[in-house]
Amino acid sequence: MNKCKTSKEIGGMGHSLKRKEDIRFIQGKGHYVDDIKLPGMLYMDIVRSPYAYAKIKKINIEEAMKVPGVVAVVTGRDLEKYNLHWMPTLMSDTQMVLPTDTVMYQAQEVAAVIATSRYAARDGREAVKVDYEKMKPVIDPYKSMDPDAPVLRTDKAGKKDNHIWHWEAGDKAKTEAVFASADVVVKEQMHIPRIHVASIETCGCVADYDKINNHLTMYMTTQAPHAIRTVIALVAGHVGLTEEKIRVISPDIGGGFGGKVPVYPGYVIAIAVSFLVGKPVKWIEDRSENLQADSFARDYHITAEMAGTKDGKILATRFKILADHGYTDASANPSKFPTGMFSIATGSYDYDTSYMECDAVYTNKPPGGVAYRCSFRVTEAVHAIERMTDRFALEIGKDPADLRMENFIKKEDFPWKSPTGWIYDSGDYHKGLLKAMDAVGYWELRKEQAEKRKKGELMGIGLSTFTEIVGAGPSKDFDILGIKMFDSAEIRVHPTGKAIARFGTKSQGQGHETTYAQIIAEELGIPAENIQVEEGDTDTAPYGLGTYASRSTPTAGAAAAMASRKLVAKARKIAAYLLEVSEEDLEWEPGKFWVKGAPEKSKTIQEIVFASYTNHPQGMEAGFEATHYYDPPNLTFPSGAYICVVDIDKETGGIHVRRFVAIDDCGNIINPMIVQGQVHGGLTQGIAPAMYEELIYDEDGNILNGTLMDYLVPTAVESPSWETGHVITPSPHHPIGAKGVGESPTVGAPPAIANAIVDALSPFGITHLDIPITPAKVWKALKDKGAI
Amino acid sequence: MIPQSFQYESPGTLEEAIKLLHQYGEEAKILSGGHSLIPMMKLRFATPEVLVDINNIPGLSHIVEENGKMKIGGLTRESELEHSAALAKIFPIFKDVTKLIADPQVRNRGTIGGNLAHGDAANDHPAVMLALNATVIATGAEGSREIPIDEFFFGFYSTALQFGEILTEIQIPIPPTGTGSAYHKLERKVGDYATAGVAVQITIGDDGIVKAAGIGLTNVNPTPLRAVRSEQALIGKPLTEHSIAEAALYASEDCSPSADLRGSEEYKRAMVAVLVKRMIHEAANRASNN
Repeated sequence: MNKCKTSKEIGGMGHSLKRKEDIRFIQGKGHYVDDIKLPGMLYMDIVRSPYAYAKIKKINIEEAMKVPGVVAVVTGRDLEKYNLHWMPTLMSDTQMVLPTDTVMYQAQEVAAVIATSRYAARDGREAVKVDYEKMKPVIDPYKSMDPDAPVLRTDKAGKKDNHIWHWEAGDKAKTEAVFASADVVVKEQMHIPRIHVASIETCGCVADYDKINNHLTMYMTTQAPHAIRTVIALVAGHVGLTEEKIRVISPDIGGGFGGKVPVYPGYVIAIAVSFLVGKPVKWIEDRSENLQADSFARDYHITAEMAGTKDGKILATRFKILADHGYTDASANPSKFPTGMFSIATGSYDYDTSYMECDAVYTNKPPGGVAYRCSFRVTEAVHAIERMTDRFALEIGKDPADLRMENFIKKEDFPWKSPTGWIYDSGDYHKGLLKAMDAVGYWELRKEQAEKRKKGELMGIGLSTFTEIVGAGPSKDFDILGIKMFDSAEIRVHPTGKAIARFGTKSQGQGHETTYAQIIAEELGIPAENIQVEEGDTDTAPYGLGTYASRSTPTAGAAAAMASRKLVAKARKIAAYLLEVSEEDLEWEPGKFWVKGAPEKSKTIQEIVFASYTNHPQGMEAGFEATHYYDPPNLTFPSGAYICVVDIDKETGGIHVRRFVAIDDCGNIINPMIVQGQVHGGLTQGIAPAMYEELIYDEDGNILNGTLMDYLVPTAVESPSWETGHVITPSPHHPIGAKGVGESPTVGAPPAIANAIVDALSPFGITHLDIPITPAKVWKALKDKGAI
Repeated sequence: MIPQSFQYESPGTLEEAIKLLHQYGEEAKILSGGHSLIPMMKLRFATPEVLVDINNIPGLSHIVEENGKMKIGGLTRESELEHSAALAKIFPIFKDVTKLIADPQVRNRGTIGGNLAHGDAANDHPAVMLALNATVIATGAEGSREIPIDEFFFGFYSTALQFGEILTEIQIPIPPTGTGSAYHKLERKVGDYATAGVAVQITIGDDGIVKAAGIGLTNVNPTPLRAVRSEQALIGKPLTEHSIAEAALYASEDCSPSADLRGSEEYKRAMVAVLVKRMIHEAANRASNN
């Protein structure tokens, strides 16, 4: 762990401060969107399609309008009059707000019922009758490009097929040459399942349009309030709602995980209705709507290949992806990166040849995919490379830990340029894996496994030594809808030495109110408890792109440090003035300047701040404020070494995760307790797709597990006792050496688990199983191989 | 929860409750623990116009041993079954089963009567009641009547309870010494319905001969199923690996599971066999320590 430079009282980096926000959360006093009640507020409920693909013949609202309390039913035809029936996605595709003719997936919004109570709105929803003409949907992405597949996006002029885009990276010819001459080539077909963030709080909003002042206040569950305000202005500017007339407020959020980045139709309908009727409109999804209609994550079909030598040197990798985006590309990736950062799939290994390509297609499924606790498709990439690394080791009969050790990029080789062009900033992969192996007792476990195999018992050990890529990102490459992916901090220190700091990001449980305060405490020496952090109000916070993709610490955290340093520079001038010495004669430690050689002559930061309001040098601006917009010079590259041990019940296929050791390198740590909490939550969300979660559709496009009874979100009961630890290589280009941690465990855990299970089953010739790996799947694999 | 609007009645006596049921007829549903009914109302699969809440009726919640029977009131909560010392001593199976029902919050509300009266083959108590040879006491306008458990389950969400009847008590014969019982279900995650579940009670005499055996199966048949051939395979002979294997095989053949997200038909049949074997071993083990 990095050493603390500040006292516990100041509470800078490295202190496990209790989370400031928990005082309200643990008392049930958080303030969420659904807690907002405004005078005259109306409630909205949404009629949804029972079919995956159908023409709307007629929407009959007569009975619904008779329900006591129902004031309006809004359809696509109503919105069409204002040209509000379509909206752009963050990927510059288009998405229906409400359909005028055709529904494209089951649970798609069809009409909205507005009523004076939540109950009346739901009763009204039940009374809306829609006549549909069912059509044969496209569900299997592999069939979406068949010549006889119906063209789904007939709204796009000239569209002749269901192809969205093609993407590639690396060197195709060189890769083909290496594969052609390699001793060993291994290949697996894998699916990274369609999953859902399933945050505890569903999505919702209160749209409050003030007709007199032509002003919209939008309370909503969003991870990116500023970007959303800009999107609303782009969608609704033509009806007079320009950006200065819009205030987006994101109150407390009960989990986001990427699912609260997109703009959902419900938000836009609520705004439109509030705009038309001049009253606040509340829309809160129920659990099933959230699961069935909001953006999915993942859903990559990957053909993965690795080429190497007989003795275990990795020479090249090749990945061919089919991406199922549903009926529109509603991902939330940076504009230039339609596959996000998938090109990190070359992994933690020192080789120079790779080629990867992706084709994205439309199907009759909900749109997406969002970056679920993952920096833009890194989970998919890490699963592919880490599965293939184990697959290669299995093929040549080498221990997967040894194979990794021999192929790792060496710590002295950083910064290291990957075959797809990323500059890995820092890392010590050997140290991380050694630490994980020591913690788990790796070689003892291998001995135990050999003994068990003799007795016919199934035990597996799986490794995942991944490299993440987060902190998007440098403005030369990264933007969303043209807006560069910087982030911001504004610090205002009051005369009495207490501060308020505002950010363009938005915490959804990450603990920003604590960690940002600690960064400022570290830099300025003002106690963290005296620094109030605010986010989520576009009228007060500086512009920023929001919180997702582990970017808050790498961008806004850096901005906090940089803004603080501007203040330290000003403080130095004031201290010199107060102590009547030159600036060069002063020494600084967080919280205090003193005169070199005369430490008794000093000024505390509080005295200096007070002077900035009461006795500042002539010619200097009064006050003690600074703002910084941080444009990162590079991304950060957190890494980890995870080891999972499983025991498998041969008769039932039951999988017991006996041990899980996670050694993370997230650079310097701001708050060890919060990092540990992040890692625990992230690992649980890693075990989720590995063993439990997948959105399943039948051939008609009906979702088969649209409630939490069947969409299996793991709980504390399913979670093993996580064993965590750290290796620290500070990011060389980040002001406080931090790298970000929110996503590493979610990204790194699934292949460790899958590798462990496949390792247990490998004596029977099983080389791969797609996640989620369930007992039924294990049992069938064993049965198919004649093992039971 | 945003259900369709409904009228709420909270009678203070059994007579009053039965009267209300008669008054409102098919439109009325009994609210006991509510953990099957309320989720269905939330999704509007159930849209009762009247709820007759029986939670304030005294005398429906108890666990007492009387006249060679264990009597359990219909309104007894799962958590009370889970922590009952009286049950743990004679019927260790109750601890097995209640710990596998939903989660602690649900168990604090959910009742054994509701679990049975819902008539869902996915619920866990039906198989246990089959294994224990329980009798259900139903009370209606004409008084109380006894329904043997084998005559209780009719079909999907359908039981022998007649219109206007309330399940007021479950009576379980106290078995002789040398009896053990056990339940287990495979579930995809905590709180799930069973992929397959098996309840076993077995009585082994001093001579090592199996005197009685009860085996009930959860969620592998349209109705809760007694594995009759499996029971017969055990009774009247010593317990051997052979007889256990036979019982396991028969149960897997006699059930009728349907494929769903929990697994294929083949997988479920195989799991029935595995669980029958394991639960017989567990029950026999407990019998020998009893």
